[in-house]
Amino acid sequence: MTAPDTSRIRRRAGGDGPLLLGVRHHGPGSARSVRAALEAARPRTVLIEGPPEADALIALAADEDMRPPVALLAHVVDEPGRSAFWPFAEFSPEWVAIQWALEHDVPARFIDLPATHTLAWHGTQAGSPPPGPAAPPEPAGPPGPSESPEAVAAEEAMRIDPLAVLADAAGYDDPERWWEDVIEHRPGGTSQASKALRGDGDAFAPFEALAEAMGALRDEYGPGGHDRDLIREAYMRIQLRAAQREVGDDVAVVCGAWHVPALRQRTTVSADRALLKGLPKVKADMTWVPWTHRRLSRTSGYGAGIESPGWYGHLFSAPDRPVERWMTRVAGLLRGEDRIVSSAHVIEAVRLADTLAVMRGRPLPGLSETTDAIRAVMCEGSDVPLALVHDKLVVGDVLGEVPASAPAVPLQRDLTQLQRRLRLKPEPLERELELDLRKETDAARSTLLHRLRLLGVDWGEPARPTRGSTGTFRETWRLRWEPEVSVRVAEAGIWGTTVLAAATAKAESDAVAAEALADVTALAERCLLAELPDALPVVMRVLADRAALDTDVGHLAQALPALVRSLRYGDVRGTDTHALAEVAAGLAERVFVGLPPACASLDADAAAEMRRHVDAVHGAVGLLDEPGAGEAPPGAAETAHGGAEAAHGAAEAVSGGAEAVHAEAEAVRGGIRTRWHSVLRVLAGRDTVPGVIRGRSTRLLLDDAELDGDEAGRLMGLALSPGTPPADAAAWIEGFVGGGSGGGMLLVHDEQLLALVDAWLTGVSAEAFTDVLPLLRRTFSAYQPGVRRTLGELVRRGPAGASGPAHGGGAAPPGFAPELDGLRADAVLPVLSLLLGLDDPSGRGLDNPAQTAAPIPAPGHNDLALAEASR
Amino acid sequence: MSVSVEPTSVDPSGKADPSGKQSATATTTASATATEELRPHAETAFADELAALAAQDDRPRPARWRMSPWAVATYLLGGTLADGTVITPKYVGPRRIVEVAVTTLATDRALLLLGVPGTAKTWVSEHLAAAISGDSTLLVQGTAGTPEEAIRYGWNYAQLLAHGPSRDALVPSPVMRAMAEGMTARVEELTRIPADVQDTLITILSEKTLPIPELGQEVQAVRGFNLIATANDRDRGVNDLSSALRRRFNTVVLPLPESADAEVDIVARRVDQIGRSLDLPSAPDGIDEIRRVVTVFRELRDGVTADGRTKVKSPSGTLSTAEAISVVTNGLALAAHFGDGVLRPSDVAAGILGAVVRDPAADRVIWQEYLEAVVRERDGWKDFYRACREVSV
Repeated sequence: MTAPDTSRIRRRAGGDGPLLLGVRHHGPGSARSVRAALEAARPRTVLIEGPPEADALIALAADEDMRPPVALLAHVVDEPGRSAFWPFAEFSPEWVAIQWALEHDVPARFIDLPATHTLAWHGTQAGSPPPGPAAPPEPAGPPGPSESPEAVAAEEAMRIDPLAVLADAAGYDDPERWWEDVIEHRPGGTSQASKALRGDGDAFAPFEALAEAMGALRDEYGPGGHDRDLIREAYMRIQLRAAQREVGDDVAVVCGAWHVPALRQRTTVSADRALLKGLPKVKADMTWVPWTHRRLSRTSGYGAGIESPGWYGHLFSAPDRPVERWMTRVAGLLRGEDRIVSSAHVIEAVRLADTLAVMRGRPLPGLSETTDAIRAVMCEGSDVPLALVHDKLVVGDVLGEVPASAPAVPLQRDLTQLQRRLRLKPEPLERELELDLRKETDAARSTLLHRLRLLGVDWGEPARPTRGSTGTFRETWRLRWEPEVSVRVAEAGIWGTTVLAAATAKAESDAVAAEALADVTALAERCLLAELPDALPVVMRVLADRAALDTDVGHLAQALPALVRSLRYGDVRGTDTHALAEVAAGLAERVFVGLPPACASLDADAAAEMRRHVDAVHGAVGLLDEPGAGEAPPGAAETAHGGAEAAHGAAEAVSGGAEAVHAEAEAVRGGIRTRWHSVLRVLAGRDTVPGVIRGRSTRLLLDDAELDGDEAGRLMGLALSPGTPPADAAAWIEGFVGGGSGGGMLLVHDEQLLALVDAWLTGVSAEAFTDVLPLLRRTFSAYQPGVRRTLGELVRRGPAGASGPAHGGGAAPPGFAPELDGLRADAVLPVLSLLLGLDDPSGRGLDNPAQTAAPIPAPGHNDLALAEASR
Repeated sequence: MSVSVEPTSVDPSGKADPSGKQSATATTTASATATEELRPHAETAFADELAALAAQDDRPRPARWRMSPWAVATYLLGGTLADGTVITPKYVGPRRIVEVAVTTLATDRALLLLGVPGTAKTWVSEHLAAAISGDSTLLVQGTAGTPEEAIRYGWNYAQLLAHGPSRDALVPSPVMRAMAEGMTARVEELTRIPADVQDTLITILSEKTLPIPELGQEVQAVRGFNLIATANDRDRGVNDLSSALRRRFNTVVLPLPESADAEVDIVARRVDQIGRSLDLPSAPDGIDEIRRVVTVFRELRDGVTADGRTKVKSPSGTLSTAEAISVVTNGLALAAHFGDGVLRPSDVAAGILGAVVRDPAADRVIWQEYLEAVVRERDGWKDFYRACREVSV
């Protein structure tokens, strides 16, 4: 360091005082210039715009495990939800300044207003979007520390944008581009730092010019609505004076260009102190957290406001020929995706980008020129591969790292607090936890565990209940706090500062990234369980989108039951499930439209699969359509089981609350069942649909009383007529009466149908019979032994239906009298009443004309119950 | 019915669109009033503007260009010159597209304009050629039957028999003439040309030479030669470009009209023109129906509803603006001849069905899903829903 150097700095920086380096946050050109200027000036102290609480953390920046992008995180000690971030990328001028200071063993300090105050500001404005956190977005570029996007938008709306004014004056419509052309692409800016060193006067020129421009702007517009900036600048001035007292004017300040005129301004210490009087205060804590390029970009949560961190990173790190290197990287990426991109493509793309830049009058091709060239030359005009380039390179997949020695993340604190409040200790020993969701604490515990699971923190795992209860208000968890769990918590810190916020962010991100439709549905279910109402809209949105674009009806049909299940869960827990109901109805609609074509021409396996889908949809439609019936079972079952009055009340209250939702959705749903029935009718009657599905559809219609017995008989007759291939007919039977659907009872009681099956079976030729035997065996072997025996007896008795199929009155089965013996029947009644829990010993409860008058073989489920009971 | 429309070429003053390939309306552009032709070439119709631009242009020009790339872009996008001459916009669309197109031609790469029917591909290519070379007539129209001779050269057989092979007996193609004179050649509907004929262009574009083995000679392209091709990549029955040929082009995709209003405007205007030439009575309340048709087309094309809230599947058809025009024209004819002259939902329903359902299996499901999920719920669309249900079943 020589004397002439210092004098030159003074001259360059405006006559006297410290070296003021006004930058654009996250601008690679600024970063380069800052490094060059620091190299040239070699100050003895570096002051950086940022929260001074982080001074102690600066040393960590030199840790070899520290990799940008990272962010400084400040949060209120007891309230991790109130927080602010100061992101740094590799190409951030502030980061470069920190690195330079650490390399040269020069003290570096943050001089912005302490987070203690800025977080307190933040808190006082709770409810309305805060007009300015610690460091509101910098006028000379996008914000350094940043708030939630809404807050930023609100701020931008209420203030003038000085950069836009400057760009407008220069004839640019886009301030970003102006900055790129004038500062980032400054010919000196792209050259090596050494070159800047050679004629070191150049190293300060851009800062001076920019400071002048900003000065002019501030003269004209005043603080421009940045009222809090005045306070921050006062604090910065005080810090600057303190530093000057220590080392004289050998101080370099790296701050947003907007602040430079203010720091140069001559004010009295007392005036500055007066501005700082009475600022609110909270206890704040700071740490480093890893950051990503995606988060630096404008599109995501705590965006730092730069759209192309990847491109900036490239500009910063490319030693020379940035455009050529960029094109080569793009070509590499596209080749990796199996697109044919040759060196000739790269050459032409570079030529086109250069010529475009000339035509647009720019000194160098910028991002828009290179993108246009890539689209026209490498992507054949298509935006699809271009989106990949944007995602992988322009934004980039870079993930920062923070050394383990960094202070704990606030998420851990939040979790500890929750654990204390819910009396849920982290213990390394495995233990089971039974939760009764009707109790407030237990419900909160369940929510916490579900949220942690969403975050990948597997402290608790849902277990099968040890007691027989299957109620929707009971949950069993297996808890075990292993050391890795703490690591997971630290990792999850990237998603947010509280468990709720982190789980919400994670769920939203998972929803967007989910591959299969069923994954999204499952996620929706988990969101309900974890009570993340804020995440639900995003998940629903994704769900609706996926459903709209999914062409596989199977996927839709799979997704529907889970969704309907979530709907019921939501009801039990009193969550607002309006959106869910709407999506479910939409999903059902799509299934209805897609199902008939999807059922055509299937092989046996696919048909069996599709039959399961039909069943699942049928069940789901039933629940969707009958809100009352849908809720009753869980409540009622529990009442019967536990005998708890409370359950009854709770179930009722819930049903009541859900009523409104259902009434609203009624309009949409009203016809769902009807439409489902018409779909089933189409399926039952269409020849190209496999037999098993046709049979199943007929059966479902019959069960819902949409078909009468005669119609079902007609359809069965059609399906079993001699022209039908036996295998197909057997499949129809399998669909109609097979599985656990109680089809055997149906045959027992509808002799007409039994007669049809019987007639068909006896008509099957010998060869064909061996073919269909396995299928038939599978169908009938699933029946309960009693049913099988009765069926066998009925068949042995011979075709009953010849004369009077419906009521085989005359022909009594063997062992039975032809007529009902009134006396003997009456004798059973008291026992029956006892069994069925009817108090009336006279048996009046059963005294119903249909039963007493009808002879035993008359079909009817009550009779069946009678028969079963009497056995 | 093949209808051509240049949606983005409508000039803001509301003058008739002078571009339709088979437009029966005479152009009303001021400079073209003297001509008797049904449709004068771009360089004739806009001669004044071209001259004014060339006169004012002081920027560097590539060899044999009539004006600088910057001036060409201004000619297409419109603007006001220093001397107050107003240049009408020929193409109303993203500036980026025109800039990339002009720059491509300046870097002596061939330009391929892609897009669905009715996105002003031909219109842009004609005006580019007119501005750069002052001649938009060096044109090869691509069809399934385009022979190699149309791109390379043919022979005058009388001459050939009488005097043997010589340059006199040679009939040069437009491409060959463009090469020899350093002009801009145009190839329309490149993908309709059979693949083997397409590949004739490879040598021309990479070696910039056209050998004539019969004479042992060749025609070498002089500086200023370039080629603009237009192609439609979403239609059926097209011959995809070989990767060797594709590599020689820079591709610019011309987008469909950005806003629904712009598209409705284009459709209404063209329907009106066609209707007049077919002597159809104009429908007073048709604009609502036109808006509906355009909305349906746009939603299915974009895969998302106009309010951006619901996604829908896109059918296999292109659903271009040109098709929307034909649907509406058809509906008008139906209303005029078989109805009460008022365009009603039932008049356009069948046409829409025909345009949307190209693939009977997949598209029908998509259409029904759209009907049930979107149309049924929409206010004021009941009639339309019912009409569509009727024709769908």
